[in-house]
Amino acid sequence: MTETEFLMWVRGPAFQVATLVFVIGIIVRILEVLLLGRKANLAEARGSAIAGGLRTILTRMWPDRGTLQRSTFTVVAGYVFHIGLFVTIFLYAPHILLIRDVFGVGWPALPTTIIDAATVVTIITLLAVLIYRLRSPVQRFLSGFQDYFVWLVTILPLITGYLAFHRIGLTPPMLLAIHILSVELLMVTFPFTKLMHAFTLFMARWYNGAIAGYRGVRS
Amino acid sequence: MAKHKTLIEALQQQGISRRSFLKFCASTASLMTLPPAMIPAVARALEQARRPSVIWLSFQECTGCTESLTRSHSPTVEGLIFDAISLDYHHTLQAASGHAAEAARMTAMEENHGNYLVVVDGSIPTANAGFSTIAGISNRDMLLETARGAAAIIAVGTCAAFGGIPHASPNPTGAVAVSELVTDKPIINVSGCPPIPVVISGVLTHFLTFGSLPALDELGRPKAFFGQSIHDRCYRRPFYDKGLFAESFDDEGAKKGWCLYKLGCKGPTTFNACATAKWNSGTSFPIQSGHPCLGCSEPDFWDGGGFYRPLSTPTGDIGATLLYGAAAGAAAGVALGAVNQARKRRAQQAHQPVGVDDLEKGAGHD
Repeated sequence: MTETEFLMWVRGPAFQVATLVFVIGIIVRILEVLLLGRKANLAEARGSAIAGGLRTILTRMWPDRGTLQRSTFTVVAGYVFHIGLFVTIFLYAPHILLIRDVFGVGWPALPTTIIDAATVVTIITLLAVLIYRLRSPVQRFLSGFQDYFVWLVTILPLITGYLAFHRIGLTPPMLLAIHILSVELLMVTFPFTKLMHAFTLFMARWYNGAIAGYRGVRS
Repeated sequence: MAKHKTLIEALQQQGISRRSFLKFCASTASLMTLPPAMIPAVARALEQARRPSVIWLSFQECTGCTESLTRSHSPTVEGLIFDAISLDYHHTLQAASGHAAEAARMTAMEENHGNYLVVVDGSIPTANAGFSTIAGISNRDMLLETARGAAAIIAVGTCAAFGGIPHASPNPTGAVAVSELVTDKPIINVSGCPPIPVVISGVLTHFLTFGSLPALDELGRPKAFFGQSIHDRCYRRPFYDKGLFAESFDDEGAKKGWCLYKLGCKGPTTFNACATAKWNSGTSFPIQSGHPCLGCSEPDFWDGGGFYRPLSTPTGDIGATLLYGAAAGAAAGVALGAVNQARKRRAQQAHQPVGVDDLEKGAGHD
C-alpha cells in the first residue's frame, strides 16, 4: 500500500466506518439513558423544573468559588484544554472545510498562528493534567485504565495534527493520514468511554437543575 | 569534433557572453543553495567541462517533459546548456531513425562506458513487454541495457520518477518508475508534470561541477529544488494564515488573490520549486494564475481523490453515512430501550418488599 493509497483509505472507507460507529454509538447511548424513564414525581411542584434545568445548564459553565479554591489546578487546566480543543477542532480552516463538506455550513476560521499556539498550549496542559493525575494520590487511586486511555486518544490528534501542520518526521501525506487515523480512533472510542460526557453532561445538568427547580430550591 | 569542445566553447558559439554565463553560474549556485564562494568554482568547472554524453530514453510518456525542457519561451542559458550536452540519443529530437538511431545509442554507450548520463522520461510497462517498444526492444530491456554502463540516471518527470499518469489506478500497463527496475545506479528524480527546466540544468551543473549528484530527499529528488513545499513558499500563504480563502473560481476572494486551499490546492503536501523558480522565464506559476496546485511532483498525485477536493476532506458521501447511521442508531437505541424497560419491569415485579415482620424474623435468627 502506497502512502497515497493509505491516505485514500483513511479518508474513504475508514472515515465512513468511524462516522458510522460514532453516530450509532452516541445515539444508542443517549436513547438508552432517556428511554429508561423516571418515576412520576407525585409531590406538588413548587417551581418550574424547566426553568431550573435550563438555568443549571448555564450556571454550571462557571465553577463555584469553593471548587475553584479547593482544586484550582484541575479547574483552570480543565478550562484551558477544553477551550483549546474547541479552538483547534472548530476554528481551524481545514476542519471547518470538512464540516462544511459534510453539513453544508461553515464559519470564518482563526489565523493559523493562533491555532498553532492553541495546539501547543492544549498539548502542554494535557501533559500537565496527566502529571498531576499521576502525582496526586487521590486522583491516581481513582484512575483506571480507561482514564489514561481516553487521555491518550484525546492528545493523539493534537500531536499528530501539530506534526502534520509543521510536517515533522514523515512525508506530508503520511502525516495527514496518521492525523486523520488518530481522529478516527477518537471517534470509534468516543461513544463507549467517558468521552460521552461531551453529550451527557447537558442531560445530567438538566436533571440536577430540574429536580431542584421542581422543589423550588436553587441547585 | 563537437564532442570534444568544452561547454564554454559551445556556449560562446551560440553567442552567450561571459557576463551572461557568470550570471547563470551565480543564479544556479544560489538556486542550489551553494555559498557565493562556490560561484567561481561552478564557473571554472563548467568552463572546462567536456560535453557529457547523454542518452535520453523516452518510454510511456507524452513528450511534455521534452517540450518543457527544450521549448522555453526564449533562448535561455538553461536551454543552451541543454543544447551543449552531447545528446547522443533522443528519438524525438534526433534526425536519425531506425537502425541508425539505435547504432548511435550503442556507440555512445561503448565510447563513454561508465561515464555517460541516462535521462529517462516516461514510465516502464511491466504487465506486457509489447505495450511499449522502441525498435522492437521493450522499454524494460532498453532501460536495463542502457543503465548498465551509466554514471547516473536522471529520471525526468513524474512518470519516470514515480510512475506518474500511466501508474494511476488501475494501472493497466503495470507501469513502474525507473527506481523500481534499476537499483545499482545513482538515480536522481526530477519530478513534475512537467518538471521545471531550471531544475534539470541545475542538476547537470552540479554533476559537471562536482562530478557527483546533489543531495537528495527521501524520494530521490534534489533537495535544493524540492526541499520546501509550494505552500511554504507561496505568495498567497499569508491569506491561508489569516483564514482568507477563495470559495469558487470567480468569487471576491478569487479576484483578490486569496488562498486556493478550499479549491483543492495541494500546495501543503507538494514539494517543488514552482513558487520560487516559476515558469515561462520566471513569469508565473499555476497558483499565481489562479489555479490550485495539482501536486504533480508527488507520487500518485493522480489518485489523490480529485484535483478540486482538499486532501483533508473525506472522499465518500459522509452526509448519507450520517443519515443511515442516525437511523440505525435510533432503531438500535429504541430496541435497547425497550429491552431495558422490560428488564426494569421484571425487576419491579420480582421485587419483594421487606416489612417490619421480616426484620424481626431476621433478628430472631441471631
